[in-house]
Amino acid sequence: MSDSQLSATRAPSAGVSLFHYASPQTFFPLAGKLLWPSWIAAVALTLAGLYTGFFIAPTDATQGDSYRIIFIHVPAAWMSMVVYLAMAFWCAVGLVFNTRLSFMMSSALAPTGALWAFVALWTGALWGKPTWGTYWAWDARMTSELILFFLYCGYMALQAAIDDPRRADRAGALIAIVGAVNVPIIYFSVKWWNTLHQGASVSLTQSPSMASTMLTGMLLMALAAWAYTIAVALMRVRAIMIERERQTDWVRQLATGETKA
Amino acid sequence: MIGVFLSVMRRDLLLAWRRRSDMLTTLGFFLLVTSLFPLGVGPEPEQLSHIASGVMWVAALLATLLSVQRLFESDEADGTLEQMLLSVEPLAVIVLAKVCAYWLLTGLPLVVMAPLIALQFNLTPDETLIACATLLIGSPTLSLLGAVGASLTLGLRGGGALIALLVLPLYAPLLIFGAGAVDAWRAGLGVQSHFALLGACLLVALAVCPLASAAALRIAQD
Repeated sequence: MSDSQLSATRAPSAGVSLFHYASPQTFFPLAGKLLWPSWIAAVALTLAGLYTGFFIAPTDATQGDSYRIIFIHVPAAWMSMVVYLAMAFWCAVGLVFNTRLSFMMSSALAPTGALWAFVALWTGALWGKPTWGTYWAWDARMTSELILFFLYCGYMALQAAIDDPRRADRAGALIAIVGAVNVPIIYFSVKWWNTLHQGASVSLTQSPSMASTMLTGMLLMALAAWAYTIAVALMRVRAIMIERERQTDWVRQLATGETKA
Repeated sequence: MIGVFLSVMRRDLLLAWRRRSDMLTTLGFFLLVTSLFPLGVGPEPEQLSHIASGVMWVAALLATLLSVQRLFESDEADGTLEQMLLSVEPLAVIVLAKVCAYWLLTGLPLVVMAPLIALQFNLTPDETLIACATLLIGSPTLSLLGAVGASLTLGLRGGGALIALLVLPLYAPLLIFGAGAVDAWRAGLGVQSHFALLGACLLVALAVCPLASAAALRIAQD
């Protein structure tokens, strides 16, 4: 409660402070302003990426047209990992600086991250059937993606099981950080355990081994996934902010329409 | 600090000794689960020796999971936990002492019983030795990670399923290294790397888990 009162006394125009937008009261309108550009970017990039991927990119020499699921599969797998890192980052920030908004942000990110992990697994299974002849193989990356999905589920289940939001935030933050420490260990252990997956097609150190239109399509889809994640996370964090701060003056003013967000 | 460590450990061991059946329940669970596998997959000795180390490890994970959620329960119920939180001694040391006592009561008996299961599953003496050694190094890590889960879910509804969801993904690397050692030995590969990695996991857990568990207890009793 104290940090929202503190920032309320500060002039809203003094946006130089790093913590100016750390208060739900000041972040709510900013999130609202960022919401529409994110949605528009997500839709535009998705359309451009899908068009490039499905109509412009050439058919793969060995896998035929079934490879085209890569334009959904790979961005989803990337995002599932990025979102977990972002979640753990906000949890760490929340624990260090004791800012409520950081915890709200990480709980807003979790369902989207779990969704990406699920999409990556699902599209991977659909892709595996025509190329490997099986929906599921206990290969390193699939197994660690599955464990990542369980880590998301654990975080969300723990938060849902605790009624007190303050305790839920902190307990969730702890397990998210412990999970983030474990993610590389899990990845390498599983990789060592079994490796059957094809090698990584895109790497930062080597030149890409795929046609440039394919790469363009995939990068467009990856950016679309970023934009979608940001848009959904902002929407969800706005909902969480209003729900958690419902007893405060600024939410009451918002509800009665005195100030427009 | 060593004084408080020893006295907390002594207290937990004494309390457990006065309620011996709790300890035996976990051991019974371990033996029962491993005995069910031959009934499920068939009694062929070849197949059994193939799955033995995996079955032992999974049963050890589940046995730890079942018993570790009671680690802080009685202390919370009678107010001891609050006294521990208020104590001037570092909470992480108290937690570590409790985990050590817990491991002596549940982890070590599993290791001692493991040769019996190896016998049932038709393992050779060498393989038995390796399986028991992996459990000896791995089970303290299971207890330490379990303690973090137990302190996070302390007093929550649906604690049992929740702690499984939180802790089992973190157990995956241990299961891989632990159960993989016997397979590597059978394939003629060295098992040194498996033991080195299990040992590394134990050292990391020993450094991090008591602190994380203490932080979780403070959050739970806020």
